[in-house]
Amino acid sequence: MADDRPGRGSGIIRWIDHRLPFMATLEHELHEYPTPRNLSYWWNFGSLAGIMLVVMIVTGIFLAMQYTPSAMLAFDSVERIMRDVNYGWLMRYAHANGASMFFAIVYIHIFRGLYYGSYKAPRELLWILGVIILILMIATAFMGYVLPWGQMSYWAATVITSLFSAIPLVGQSIVTFLWGGFTVGDPTLHRFYALHYFLPFVIVAVVLLHLIALHRFGSNNPLGIDMKGPQDSIPFHPYYTIKDMFGLSVFLLIYGFFIFYAPNFLGNADNYIPANPMQTPNHIVPEWYLLPYYAILRSITFSIFGIPAKLLGVVFSFGSLFMLFIVPWLDTSPVRSSRFRPIYKWVFWLLVIDVLALGWVGANPPQGIVVTVGQIATLYYYVHFLILLPVIGKLEHPRPLPTSIAAAVLGSGAPLAGASSPMEKA
Amino acid sequence: MARYTAVSVALAALLTLAPAVRAADENPPLPHQQWSFDGVFGTYDRPAMQRGFQVYKQVCSACHPVNHLRFGDLAALGYTPSELKVVAATDQVTDGPNDQGQMYQRPGRPSDPIPGPFPNDQAARAANGGALPPDLSLIVNAREGGADYVFSILNGFKPPPAGFQVPPGRYYNEYFPGHLIAMPPPLSDGVVTYADGTKATVPQMAHDVATFLAWASQPNLEIRHRTGTRVFLFLIVAVGVFYAAKRKIWAVVH
Repeated sequence: MADDRPGRGSGIIRWIDHRLPFMATLEHELHEYPTPRNLSYWWNFGSLAGIMLVVMIVTGIFLAMQYTPSAMLAFDSVERIMRDVNYGWLMRYAHANGASMFFAIVYIHIFRGLYYGSYKAPRELLWILGVIILILMIATAFMGYVLPWGQMSYWAATVITSLFSAIPLVGQSIVTFLWGGFTVGDPTLHRFYALHYFLPFVIVAVVLLHLIALHRFGSNNPLGIDMKGPQDSIPFHPYYTIKDMFGLSVFLLIYGFFIFYAPNFLGNADNYIPANPMQTPNHIVPEWYLLPYYAILRSITFSIFGIPAKLLGVVFSFGSLFMLFIVPWLDTSPVRSSRFRPIYKWVFWLLVIDVLALGWVGANPPQGIVVTVGQIATLYYYVHFLILLPVIGKLEHPRPLPTSIAAAVLGSGAPLAGASSPMEKA
Repeated sequence: MARYTAVSVALAALLTLAPAVRAADENPPLPHQQWSFDGVFGTYDRPAMQRGFQVYKQVCSACHPVNHLRFGDLAALGYTPSELKVVAATDQVTDGPNDQGQMYQRPGRPSDPIPGPFPNDQAARAANGGALPPDLSLIVNAREGGADYVFSILNGFKPPPAGFQVPPGRYYNEYFPGHLIAMPPPLSDGVVTYADGTKATVPQMAHDVATFLAWASQPNLEIRHRTGTRVFLFLIVAVGVFYAAKRKIWAVVH
């Protein structure tokens, strides 16, 4: 298999490839695809996210074969999966904990992009597609959480859909339209089920666009400088395929720990109580991955210019997500990687702390210090993106960038070979 | 390296903090008991489950159903098929309609769901001063603290502190949210007589019935733990193999 040119392989493969360049495309996008030689383990999370998407779809389809989306039967059908379906418990725990893993991976992936400036030209659309994926994931996860029809399912659905009632004039009509009735009920559950099945395939489509955009210019890297020639890159396969496999096996240990030894740790006990429209749980909390948005929503306790607090909360909560779309234009620094940005590299970690603080606020009842922390953290979140990001880019004096990836990794004057035909040397 | 550590710590904090802070309440922390099913190799203690089932049958089942259990599921407690038929037949089950269109009563079979004490929630409330005794087949999953919570509630009946008003039909319980529970203290020493000679103290019965109910909530815990062991053995080998392969393949690049 030393011949790297497209069109290799048996006569049949060549015949097909001539008409449908499937193998040639794989060869081009996986084997030849030049990848910066200096990617750190933070670059594992993209492929991990892709794998989790597949895991979620596969386990989800098996669950769908046994689940009944009716308000009368949904809760019991989930218990039936857990008790009577062969390995149903494995499918459900893998799916429920998989959502948490998927979000953890995607959040790390996003923060990696923020730290290393992966959103900067020419990768703005790559970043925007990623934000679209995040928003689709949140919608999908929210509707999926409703399906077991436990107490927290029901009340989370009620609280979140009621947010739309904050829209002036038409809000209440929109909510009635979303519910398919005058409260969350059987029609709501049915449509959430249909959409929860449908949206992941939309995510797959956007992920494909995300990959096409990625492969246009290739991965960013910890130095944030462009690849300038073959000495800066190595083929994706086998170098990053094996690195991704190693990362995957480590990740599966963590994922497996939750599935087999702490399957309900990330969930909420209230969701093992069947939905009861007559009884509100003491604390309605979303899953951990939505806590920061929930915290922002609840932090706006005052009206501004006559705009009611509820509407403002909704605007700021959704705004915290939608603001990510314009990050490529908010950041004015010409330097991508925070390694060479002496001020921003600290400000980045303040944002991480800020988001963790928002998560803590979202998990706690909004009383006393929690409200204050939430309001400060909300304010800081917006200050970070709208003020610090543009201003620091202008004021900061970035450290000098290395001349090339190869020079930085191998030291100057390093030999350049070894990249083009790796397997022969290995 | 410090950055990597900081991020891992932050992530771990995020993952552990979120559910932990939820549990915050004014109730005292639940005392942690030793459970046979704790830990990665945990299994259910069969004699304790059988004693726990006896406590459920003779005490709890007067008010609480176990909706998600069938008689046949009790095989997991160590009963033989013929013993299960006897256990099932002690209960009358509604079946039908028959050829005349009538519902009728017959002795239970192992394939039948274990019938609850009340025909519907309204009947249950009417018989219990307006309170609905919850289904116990998911109670360990459905409460923060799980089996520790069940054990603590059963042992948490105390005289109320001075000045604490307990209305009629309510009982003071140290661990119940709000401290006012509609369930009268269900256990007292010797309320059941164990066939295996174990002394039926309140903590003993509470521990036994919590073990039984933990199984009722998670009947697949043992196979889950066993599968986990095998998956982890496989993954640990895989991590080693992939790490070695990665080192070897990357040797030419570094």
